[in-house]
Amino acid sequence: MWQWFHRLGSPRWFYQASGKWLPWLSLLAAILLSVGIAWGLGFAPEDAKQGNSFRIIYIHVPASFLALAGYYVMALAGAVGLIWKMKLADMVMKSAAPIGAILTFVALVTGSIWGKPTWGTYWVWDARITSMLVLFFLYLGVIALQYSYTSQDAASKSSAVLSLVGMVNIPIIYKSVDWWYTLHQPATIKFTEAPSMHPDMFHPLLVMILGFYCFYAVALILNTRVEILNRERRTRWVLDMLLNSKKGSS
Amino acid sequence: MSPQTVIFSLDSLAFERDDKLLFANINLAMSSGEIVQVEGPNGCGKTTLLRIISTALSPTSGELRWHGQPVTRCRLEYLQNLFFLGHQPGLKQSLSPEENLHWWRRMNTNDSQLGNREVLASIGLCGYEDVPCYTLSAGQQRRAALARLLITKAPLWVLDEPFTAIDKQGVAQLEQLLMGHVARGGMVVLSTHQDLGIDAVRRISLPLMAEVS
Amino acid sequence: MGQGFSAIFYRDLLLAFRHRGEIANPVIFFFIVVTLVPLGLTPEASRLAQIAPGILWVMALLASLLSVEGLFQSDYRDGTLEQLLISPQPLYLMVLAKVLVHWLITGLPLTLLAPLLGMMLSLPKAGYLPLVLSLFMGTAVLSLIGAIGAALTVALRKGGLLLSLIVMPLYMPVLIFGANTVQRAVDGFPVAGPMAIMGALLAVSLLISPFATVGALRVSMHG
Repeated sequence: MWQWFHRLGSPRWFYQASGKWLPWLSLLAAILLSVGIAWGLGFAPEDAKQGNSFRIIYIHVPASFLALAGYYVMALAGAVGLIWKMKLADMVMKSAAPIGAILTFVALVTGSIWGKPTWGTYWVWDARITSMLVLFFLYLGVIALQYSYTSQDAASKSSAVLSLVGMVNIPIIYKSVDWWYTLHQPATIKFTEAPSMHPDMFHPLLVMILGFYCFYAVALILNTRVEILNRERRTRWVLDMLLNSKKGSS
Repeated sequence: MSPQTVIFSLDSLAFERDDKLLFANINLAMSSGEIVQVEGPNGCGKTTLLRIISTALSPTSGELRWHGQPVTRCRLEYLQNLFFLGHQPGLKQSLSPEENLHWWRRMNTNDSQLGNREVLASIGLCGYEDVPCYTLSAGQQRRAALARLLITKAPLWVLDEPFTAIDKQGVAQLEQLLMGHVARGGMVVLSTHQDLGIDAVRRISLPLMAEVS
Repeated sequence: MGQGFSAIFYRDLLLAFRHRGEIANPVIFFFIVVTLVPLGLTPEASRLAQIAPGILWVMALLASLLSVEGLFQSDYRDGTLEQLLISPQPLYLMVLAKVLVHWLITGLPLTLLAPLLGMMLSLPKAGYLPLVLSLFMGTAVLSLIGAIGAALTVALRKGGLLLSLIVMPLYMPVLIFGANTVQRAVDGFPVAGPMAIMGALLAVSLLISPFATVGALRVSMHG
């Protein structure tokens, strides 16, 4: 009975509830992002060594944060789906994968654009860039596994297993890449780390990180809603909703 | 224990794959000495049902019960009392029938005193004990797999299309085996399109289910 | 308890022996690459010595990747995997037996041949013992991790490339610690630290990987 409730009740409840939160969350994300961008790009002081090129961190750093956090969101949703057989969790996992992969890609691209003025080349085997690249491959593996099963249930379960294995491995991978990099560290400029940044530079970054978190939530909810409609398209409530919306528009 | 005691039962079993219902509300109660034949047109889920009974697949809802207990709680005990022969015979092609019996016997605890060669001889594979399975015909391979029936002591047999590819004489022999097992108090669940030469077979049929609306 | 383990262990060993030709495949692959590297790069001993640790380790990784695909494939097709999953023996141990056999026929031969290949790539003397020790442990980790990927993709008709994509990021720490252990030894640094980490990786994957593999196999039956 309890399982039955979860299987049929949850996606519908989520769809209707998220419809109410979504406008507010989107508004918040839009405000935070535009304030952060204007502040970071327009008003924050120039970096002493790197000049204006440092400003790309206002995109790069939040994107890298969420790329990693997004993997944990995906893996935890997968775990919930595996353990409690909750269909909504499977849908969240499937929706989180491409968002995370895109954010990882953004982090990689901005990182390499940043690399050009600082290192003089677009690609450097730096510890963080390498870790990001591995994370990107982890995401690709989960996405590819999702789409290679014909049965959606099997796809969800197997990619949940994979993302859990990946979650256990991420700290090991990050540590090993760090260790590898300290062995081979070439003579390059050492960056000022975020905590030692000047507050005038750091505050807009904080706003951007918050904004990215909200944006991530909005994107995840939107993607999950599409997935819910897609998988529940034969159920009564989706059909009723479609009929009502047609009546409303005509 | 009276012979009517229910030993094995299926409790409103349902299976769906990607929101397509394959079957639902399958109920069955078996006591010792019964044969149940699962019937239905192709694609109605006979193999799936038998694989669920074997625990290789798990049902979407509903339960298997062994002596009244859900199998999920007494999995090991249930598996020790189960013999399953699936669609694929489960033979290693590059091993001989005898070697195949050997590993299978060690993996399953219900082991009888009969030697592998005796068993293979009585199933009609005398002289083929030592050749690799890929040199055998389909019927002979099926026999090599069915040889396990002679050494298992599990009371519940679950057989998916056991009569495929074997000749008339083999069919008769298998029917004898099934009847002997049932007479000793065993239980058999099988799927076949063949009319069994055995009386007192209970039939359950799986209708083709439409998609869930 | 150990009955299921030994049943599968001896069966798979016997099967490997029946397919003797296939055992040689990873070794042949190893030799081909070792021949190609000097042709493609340089025959100069000093330059070869510089890259030998990395090349040897990357090859071991690829050889393991190539062979792990078949770990559960034939069992899945002929229905013996089903028999495995429903046998009243502990699945953890049976999966471990399969992985152990895989390591015995791929990882171990590579480990034993590594000194010879190291010589062909003019690996400096100090590197041989760390190379063999790190490959000994590292190839076992590779087999264990590869088994998870093989189990996840066993039900797919074209799982090959997908398997590489899934497993490659998980292989990365092993490659890093393995290759750098050898490199450090060649450069004259102590290697006890990275070697200990390699041992830790082996212990962790021995504990976790068979469970994940069993879970993945159960999922694959639904595929």
